Amino acid sequence: MTKPRKQVHLAAHFPGVNNTTVWSDPRSGSHIDFESFVRFAQVAERAKFDFLFLAEGLRLREQNGKIYDLDVVGRPDTFTILAALAAVTDKLGLTGTINSTFNEPYDVARQFATLDHLSGGRGAWNVVTSWDAFTGENFRRGGYLPKEQRYDRAESFLQAANTLFDSWSGVEVLADKATGRFLNDEAPGAFAVRDEFFDIEGHFNVPRSPQGRPVIFQAGDSDAGREFAAASADAIFSRHGTLEAGQAFYADVKRRLPAYGRTPEELLVLPAATFVLGDTEAEAQDYAHEVRRAQVSGQTAIKFAEQLWNRDLSEYDPDGPLPEIDPLVGENTIARGRASVRINEDPIDVANRWREIAAAKGLSLREVVVEVTSRQNFIGTPDTVAATIDEYVQADASDGFILVPHITPDGLAEFADKVVPILQERGVFRTEYEGSTLREHLGLSIPSPRERVGAGDRASA
Amino acid sequence: MTDLHLAVALDGAGWHPAAWREPDARPADVFNPGYWTDLALEAERSLADFVTIEDSFGLQTTGFQGQDQRTDQVRGRLDAVLIAARVAPRTSHIGFVPTALVTHTEPFHVSKAIATLDYVSTGRAGVRAQISGRAVESDHFGRRYIPEFDPGDIGKIEVTELITELFDEAGEYVEIVRRLWDSWEDDAEIRDAATGRFIDRDKLHYIDFHGKYLSVKGPSIVPRPPQGQPIVAALAHSAIPYRFAARSADVVFVTPTDSRSAAEIVAQVGVEQALAGRARQRLHVFADLVVFLDTEAESGADRKRRLDQLDGATYTSDAHIFTGSAGRLADLLADWQRAGITGYRLRPGALPDDLQAISRSLVPELQSRGLYRTAYEAMTLRGLLGLDRPANRYATAPALLEGASA
Repeated sequence: MTKPRKQVHLAAHFPGVNNTTVWSDPRSGSHIDFESFVRFAQVAERAKFDFLFLAEGLRLREQNGKIYDLDVVGRPDTFTILAALAAVTDKLGLTGTINSTFNEPYDVARQFATLDHLSGGRGAWNVVTSWDAFTGENFRRGGYLPKEQRYDRAESFLQAANTLFDSWSGVEVLADKATGRFLNDEAPGAFAVRDEFFDIEGHFNVPRSPQGRPVIFQAGDSDAGREFAAASADAIFSRHGTLEAGQAFYADVKRRLPAYGRTPEELLVLPAATFVLGDTEAEAQDYAHEVRRAQVSGQTAIKFAEQLWNRDLSEYDPDGPLPEIDPLVGENTIARGRASVRINEDPIDVANRWREIAAAKGLSLREVVVEVTSRQNFIGTPDTVAATIDEYVQADASDGFILVPHITPDGLAEFADKVVPILQERGVFRTEYEGSTLREHLGLSIPSPRERVGAGDRASA
Repeated sequence: MTDLHLAVALDGAGWHPAAWREPDARPADVFNPGYWTDLALEAERSLADFVTIEDSFGLQTTGFQGQDQRTDQVRGRLDAVLIAARVAPRTSHIGFVPTALVTHTEPFHVSKAIATLDYVSTGRAGVRAQISGRAVESDHFGRRYIPEFDPGDIGKIEVTELITELFDEAGEYVEIVRRLWDSWEDDAEIRDAATGRFIDRDKLHYIDFHGKYLSVKGPSIVPRPPQGQPIVAALAHSAIPYRFAARSADVVFVTPTDSRSAAEIVAQVGVEQALAGRARQRLHVFADLVVFLDTEAESGADRKRRLDQLDGATYTSDAHIFTGSAGRLADLLADWQRAGITGYRLRPGALPDDLQAISRSLVPELQSRGLYRTAYEAMTLRGLLGLDRPANRYATAPALLEGASA
């Protein structure tokens, strides 16, 4: 018996504020004008992608005590831009990254329920956490959260939001002019949450949305993050480059599901991926190298190295060797507001690995950075890229990919025009949307509301 | 004089609690985007400067506090800022001034949301800053305790103190929102390939706000919005909110009952404006009016009576309730304008009927009297309101002055 061919899921990540984007390219447009988002989203929808994805950062990144100026800086508010994109698309899912540390469940649940109503059931929430006081300086509650509690609070936050989403079952609104009954419930939306982090109660004021709850994404890669995803997420946003690493990650997170009474289909694994296309393999490789060099200028290479070394390396030559001194161990004081820095493993081990690569291949500092910061790349002709994507999905290294073009806003068009038709010919990607909600695109069921909270809460309201 | 300004206040099925039962009402659609798009497009036909969209963190209720448990009125609503964002791309001229609640939320989030609304509407965004004094709403956040009080308690010292505190916090909040809008200079994005710099970081500014209630570092994550400073509006009924509006807003919504009280309120707001050191800045004073306009089928007064009967109570409002013909409403608008009112926020008694009466009867009446524009004459909301695009407060400030706290 042969295994049925899995369908590939594809999403488009509007390029964020990192060095993926080659902003110096003459084709690179605005990262903030709405027109760029409209064009990007409409290409994704034309190509029948599952969803558009937006990252978020709540404080501009800094290095050496100054705002980092080498990459794209500035982005719109996640909820607002997704609500506006709902006006110019019909089927495309709309996934927003929203932090569970610098928000409150009531407000976030209202905004996601609203987004889901306003998009006809296309909303999704990538739940992220942070603890840093640096970002906290922009918020009234500050950076109060101990690092080890961040997933505990995220889990509580998500459970509280789910309680709010489920506080309306979907049958309350009658709007019956003849009988004069707008509601069939005199106190809809009753909820109460009391745990280590939240003590809230009352009545949620947004009726149940088309998807019941937004699709939940989780993006962390730590053990706690994987466990959080297995318990509570519908999809996991990962970064595993090779086929083998992808398969290992895939097997690991799917293995965790039964403990939560869940089946493997209930959690999708969707790694981020970049792509470079060419008419021949050689042309694609050459262009990919050019893109990598543009993404990692000499200055960018020094800044990357500083993030690892935790030292000012501005006197070093990017075209020379790696620094002989070791990284400064301890709190990273050189770069702030960057996820990659906060989760660094032992910096001395990493630096030694970089040195081995440099020695083995005879690489300069910049060339090492080009090499080690290279993420999942699909490089080749449209045929080979389509075949590779299909292979990864069929081999259970992923359920699809979240693609990050390096040109904003039109960098997705080439993939849409050249690779998608081949995936469709191979029978592994939709030629038309079959449903209208994101849950339908992803093959996820609409959750049924849980039991309402006790009548006592209602009586005392 | 043709500079009379109109705004339309959108809420549920209209401002009368029984409006949803009217034949033309679409109560089943109040949670659907198409409903709001249609209303905004109708308001755009009236050449109004902007629509406002109401919001709250609790279910609607008859009284000020608590929950009334009524099932015969519209209950539940969507986030107003997101409705505005969803509708704006489908319109071309009208401004959007959704309500943002400032008591329990983060100024950093609201600042970037309204800046983004300004981008998606290409310069037509504003925000109405509203406090939340309801105990049931504070329980939804669990961050702070707000005791129950009624508007009747407003003479009591502890209630006055609480309200003063909430409006003072709102003042800090708006100051943060505004500083964040200015925290990027207009030409901060340089894309200088020669030096590899995407931005000139000297043109990004920490706002370093340290107030009694709020502290925010900045800069914003959103570049300066198209209007520089989107519009800030506030509804005010008495001295404390007049002071807040005079310090913080570009448009204040007030609730006079006749031309004499209109003149008194305009004078009071003017005094507060002078005390706030903003005497030379333009502050629009818009009078709020609930309107039930005559149609061919039925007079506005009859319609209100009929709706009152359906609801089982005579509808009252914080704002003056007008019933009558478009011609008589035009008389009233011209009369109060002479008392210093610069515009009106019309709250349609029933949607879409009274909104259609505004765009199809009132507006032609005003135009025939030469009191009102016959076409949109500006591409931004500030432009429609006759406000210049302001200079950035940080653009010329010497570095030493940055970081001064409020």
